[in-house]
Amino acid sequence: MPVGAVIEFSNITKRFGDVTAVDDLSFTVEPGRVTGFLGPNGAGKTTTLRMLLGLVTPGSGSATFGGLRYHDLPHPLATVGAALEAASFHPGRTARNHLSIYATAAGLPQARVAEVLRLVGLAEHGAQRVGGYSLGMRQRLGLACTLLGDPGVLVLDEPINGLDPEGIKWIRGFLRDMAAEGRTVLVSSHLLSEVQQSVDDVIIIAKGRLVHRGPLSSLETQVAPQVVVDSPDRAALASALTQAGVVFSQGRTGLLATAADPARIGHIAFTAGVEVSALHRQKKGLEDAFLTLVEGSDSL
Amino acid sequence: MLLRAIRAEFAKLLTTRIWWILAAVLFGYIGMLSGGLAALFAGIQSGAIDPSAAGTGSQGTPPLGSLPPLVYSFASSVGYVFPVLLGALATTGEFRHQTLTPTFLANPRRAQVLAAKAITLFLAGGAFGAVALLASVGIGALVINGFGVDTLLGDSDTWALIGRTLLAMALWAAVGVGLGVLVPNQVASIVIVLAFTQFVEPLLRFASMFTEATAGIGKFLPGAASDALVGASIFTVASPVGGAAAALDWWQGGLVLLAYAAAATIGGYFVSWRRDVT
Ligand SMILES: Nc1ncnc2c1ncn2[C@@H]1O[C@H](COP(=O)(O)OP(=O)(O)OP(=O)(O)O)[C@@H](O)[C@H]1O
Ligand SMILES: [Mg+2]
Repeated sequence: MPVGAVIEFSNITKRFGDVTAVDDLSFTVEPGRVTGFLGPNGAGKTTTLRMLLGLVTPGSGSATFGGLRYHDLPHPLATVGAALEAASFHPGRTARNHLSIYATAAGLPQARVAEVLRLVGLAEHGAQRVGGYSLGMRQRLGLACTLLGDPGVLVLDEPINGLDPEGIKWIRGFLRDMAAEGRTVLVSSHLLSEVQQSVDDVIIIAKGRLVHRGPLSSLETQVAPQVVVDSPDRAALASALTQAGVVFSQGRTGLLATAADPARIGHIAFTAGVEVSALHRQKKGLEDAFLTLVEGSDSL
Repeated sequence: MLLRAIRAEFAKLLTTRIWWILAAVLFGYIGMLSGGLAALFAGIQSGAIDPSAAGTGSQGTPPLGSLPPLVYSFASSVGYVFPVLLGALATTGEFRHQTLTPTFLANPRRAQVLAAKAITLFLAGGAFGAVALLASVGIGALVINGFGVDTLLGDSDTWALIGRTLLAMALWAAVGVGLGVLVPNQVASIVIVLAFTQFVEPLLRFASMFTEATAGIGKFLPGAASDALVGASIFTVASPVGGAAAALDWWQGGLVLLAYAAAATIGGYFVSWRRDVT
């Protein structure tokens, strides 16, 4: 059984001209867990992963697998399987030939080609030219490529893009199985909800900077609790809250008060003699917590 | 390790259709040209065709005995653009289809990958040379023989020319690899190959022949070096001041062509190959 290595990023930075795509990023990814690498479009996820894989040279800092840079791995494909954008295929080549080329280049047995095609459900399409593949089939072929060397580390950039519901379900199970076998699984996405069901840990970046890291559950405590309160006389309610020293903002369905307990807000309204038409705790999902973290970085 | 990389490059080359499309066009084009011109010149030499009727005038008629090598050399003097295209497509295709990503993931030693590609295309260029010779010598000799003119196929000089043609075509494919890394944009690369080989260089070579000084420079042009390596060409025959004086020795021509391939490949390594793959 292949063993997962710890992925470690230390102070990694990349600039493209004036754009700082990745800004002094440090974090580790542990084996035996699925780690979600999250951030909005343009946050620097792909650039970070490409630096990890030696495809992009970092401006400073380093990224390693068990202490070794990708370049220094004695058997790269047998250590790390990586799937980046779905478009890295020659359209005129069959899937089987595509895989066979990289198996040859990495010194892996050709028998793996048929095996990985079967693993990702492309066994019947191996002789087809990739140019005729759907987006989901390309994603699967990308995944097949990562499995060629049966690696202990999987690095997947937005693997769920373009998959149908069945494919999504399949890949979620696949990621969990891989981690359960002790492999290191790092999977990027710009949507938390996409990977929420399969990740143990999250690393969230925005504008190239780390904004949060920790187990998935740590996200819930990230957002300040809020209470939604409304009144036919909103102005009176607002002044009552202000007098009581409660911080609030105007929401679509009422005022959003920063408070943990709706009872306290109800009490404030009651003592001020303001009629209350709505009062409840704001249910913030993980996605909201994620968005809050990511948007919070805008003001930085 | 290098051997593995070379095997992977061969697999890349043989698993798309471009190699046999180019080889088929090469064969057809050189076959037609060699057959046609062999018929014309052999016809004139054998007296079957009246020179004035052929419209070539007297100065266009090659001297007796130089006809077979001239026809055979079409393989490289005209066909060299095909291995260049094959080489340029092999490198620019990696950029265009973003296959550099899986390539460098499977083998992060980028210089080794490029070296493997150059070696692979060198060998493939030699194979293209064989295809071109099959057309120029195969069809050319048949036609020449048909007019009763000596094909010179028993002559060791002819076989030396054939061997040097293989070498020239191999080197041209390596030049293509170098051009492809120097100009990774596939369309730009193809335009440069076609414009340079079909238009710019022939003009430069022709123009340089008129004075001694420019002829000294002109013989270092890649096409001129290639013709010098092969030892016969329609260009040297058509030269106004006499091609022989203005040409390099065959081995010098080979070295010059090798230098072009090496310079372009090494330059391209720094220009594009070792850059970020994004
Ligand atoms: N080759 C490049 N040249 C210039 N800028 C680049 C290059 N590659 C990325 N960038 C910039 O770096 C930033 C980060 O891009 P990156 O592709 O890493 O983001 P991402 O998080 O993967 O986004 P997405 O979710 O859209 O895939 C963006 O601002 C992008 O414009
Ligand atoms: Mg991306």
